Amino acid sequence: MLTVATGNKAVATAVKHAKPAVVAAYPITPQTEIVEQIANFVETGEMEANYIPVESEHSSMAACIGASATGVRSFTATSSHGLVYMCEMLHWAAGARLPIVMANANRALGPGWNIWAEHSDSLSMRDTGWLQVYVGSVQEAYDATLMAFRIAEHEDVMLPVMINLDGFTLTHIMQPLETVDIGDFIPPCKIAHAIDTANPGGYGTLTPPTEHFKFRWDIERAMRDSVDVIRETEDEFARRFGRRYAPVEEYRCDDADVVVVAMGTLGKEAEVAADILRNEGIRAGSARLRWFRPFPAIDFGDKELVVIDRDYSFGYGGILARELQAAFGITPYSVIAGLGGQEVTYDDIAGFVRERKPGAEFWFGVSD
Amino acid sequence: MPEIPKEEYILRCTSACAGCSSSLVLRYVFKAAGPDSVLVVPACCTSVIQGIYPNTAMNIPVYNVAFASAAAVASGMSTAFRTMGRKTNVICYAGDGGTVDIGIQALSGALERGTDFLYICYDNEAYSNTGMQRSGGTPLGARTTTTPCGKKDNKKDLDRIVAAHNLPYMATACSAYPLDLYKKVKKALSIPGPKFIHILAPCPPGWRFPSAETIEMGKLAVKTGMWVLYEREYGTFSLNGASKAAMKKRLPVRDYLTRQGRFKGIDEETIGILQQTVDRNMDRYAREVEGIC
Amino acid sequence: MYEIRLHSRGGQGGVTAAKMIAHAAILDGKYATANPFYGAERRGAAVVSFIRIDDRPVRVYSQIRNPDLVIVLDATVMETVDVLQGIKPDGTVLVNSPHPVDMKGYPTSRVDLTAIALSIGLVLAGSPILNTPLLGACAKLGLISVESAREAIRETFNDERNVQAADQAYEELVK
Repeated sequence: MLTVATGNKAVATAVKHAKPAVVAAYPITPQTEIVEQIANFVETGEMEANYIPVESEHSSMAACIGASATGVRSFTATSSHGLVYMCEMLHWAAGARLPIVMANANRALGPGWNIWAEHSDSLSMRDTGWLQVYVGSVQEAYDATLMAFRIAEHEDVMLPVMINLDGFTLTHIMQPLETVDIGDFIPPCKIAHAIDTANPGGYGTLTPPTEHFKFRWDIERAMRDSVDVIRETEDEFARRFGRRYAPVEEYRCDDADVVVVAMGTLGKEAEVAADILRNEGIRAGSARLRWFRPFPAIDFGDKELVVIDRDYSFGYGGILARELQAAFGITPYSVIAGLGGQEVTYDDIAGFVRERKPGAEFWFGVSD
Repeated sequence: MPEIPKEEYILRCTSACAGCSSSLVLRYVFKAAGPDSVLVVPACCTSVIQGIYPNTAMNIPVYNVAFASAAAVASGMSTAFRTMGRKTNVICYAGDGGTVDIGIQALSGALERGTDFLYICYDNEAYSNTGMQRSGGTPLGARTTTTPCGKKDNKKDLDRIVAAHNLPYMATACSAYPLDLYKKVKKALSIPGPKFIHILAPCPPGWRFPSAETIEMGKLAVKTGMWVLYEREYGTFSLNGASKAAMKKRLPVRDYLTRQGRFKGIDEETIGILQQTVDRNMDRYAREVEGIC
Repeated sequence: MYEIRLHSRGGQGGVTAAKMIAHAAILDGKYATANPFYGAERRGAAVVSFIRIDDRPVRVYSQIRNPDLVIVLDATVMETVDVLQGIKPDGTVLVNSPHPVDMKGYPTSRVDLTAIALSIGLVLAGSPILNTPLLGACAKLGLISVESAREAIRETFNDERNVQAADQAYEELVK
């Protein structure tokens, strides 16, 4: 059904269609609309889930862990300070192999208070064992949320999934949204290690080094297996609903000499920049990284890369640029842009490409 | 006298210290709760006592969780079980650190939103699992590794904080009175909504007394009024067992303090303050029993 | 791509107006987005929203710097904000005003949305509702169809007087 929605509304609608048993959440700008919408669905009977109004984000993840431990589907949403406040529980959820799904409205961290888009919140959680996907449109926010449940709960994965959408830029924009009748696209939630009082066991007991090490390897093995599960799920989604996704969304990359790599809405804006550059005779393309964990395999050949990071690892560099550099041995032009909601237009992005200096780092609006 | 089930849910060979009262407490909690129960355990002595992976000494599912999260995990778990139409008891079993300090926010939230669960705080009055550092539950004058000269602050009055949530049932108990404890757990689990039981659990190595004196130390705590056994059922207050006698006539707190190494060298002024605190608390309870406040 | 910048004050419904205009365009079979700029503004502060309408999916998220159309829901905003900033050379203006307004020579349409709202009794918390009649004015300008304008309003509000107000604005717009 064609409708119009904000990014937040799209996520909430997908969650309604996925039918979780428990949603536990705490409001935070700019994610609040998601939990308000879900609370409203639950109150009006549009959704059968139980909504737990927890007193903090640490507790929202804790409550999802408790619910998921019994074998049911659970969901939460957060942003920025809320996400880093639940950091401990993010590790716990992945370590306990619970397929919790969470939406994160990407937002800067204080001080000073800043409520606008930045990827530092989720990227600082990159080593928690969560799968991370970054979306670029309202439609994709809906589609990725549906797929997240299927991927997380797949027996080869059994890891939590975080859907990231740019705060305000995507959470609050109104765009067309095509909703679907999901049918049996998401199979019933089955967690083999759910608590069973008829067969009691200890969960997360004191674990010596050898066993601990094996459990960590199991997480990594599942992360690697998730690559195939993601592909299968995206293929199946395309087959059923006609919209195709891949870990990296490439636009005019085939014959490109230079490719802009970015995540989230800047990756969409970069497509417009590529069109402008092509009109000037510069063969440019855009590669929007969707899945950040597991980190996708990409073959850029001998193309030049302009990597836009809406984040920064202090004392090291732009996180995406550095990871691409480490993974593929390339030397990108690293642009730091859009922090704290800084305006970055397609014209600005085209400018980055024109002025590119491989190996250099450029802070948009700050560097000389 | 109620018939206490013979079934044991704590198997032999736990990793508890000799004379540990918290494992004694847990033994009766399990007997009262029965097999359709889940124990949610944040970081505390019980994290270790249950055994080392892949073994466990517990014959009831134990879900270990992060320090500050027990009550919130229980909220999610209880909600999920009820969604499935299951009556499984969800019981948090946390130490004083996980309750009065780092876990108090989650506890308050779970009580306020009416989570159907039982929260048990077994209180050994310090961070015993990490080697006896002070907690909000450590009494005035007690030496710990972080209060080498004796704690300068009073024990946090957790029960009054919990009572302010107006929950249907809350009680105190002590490991030295297992029958009283058993009955309270049983009653708590028969009541829907949030329930709370605060249990004094003397710790031989931490409090520095011989392992064989665990029971005696608990009894002394009650007989001196340093610990009071009571219930609040739908707001109605009642004193229980030995605390009724202690209301009329009790031993001086000195008799309790001088038996424990942690109070070694405590000065007369501090003993006086502790005695006054006990007397004042007892007066407050007496007024409550009479319905004056 | 047709780009519209909408100026209003917090509480006047400018954000909802932008969403309804985009919604109506989508109902017309076009692609559209509405993205309000969210600052720390409160009720009464000058706010701005952006609407893009195109025949292809809109991939742009940044603010509109060179609008084709500037809509001014509250003329007092012009005392502190240069609403014409960056307007395209062939850009046009739509102002909520009872009188002709000089917009530096840019072709300007006007309609008294405030009077329309007050005459029908469309008042919320003491303020006239301006966003639903605005859709009628946008329909008259040919941005959206009358049918889609009505449907977008009905999807958002269940008081039929909003549709009546839009119809009235459609009739009263002065080009």
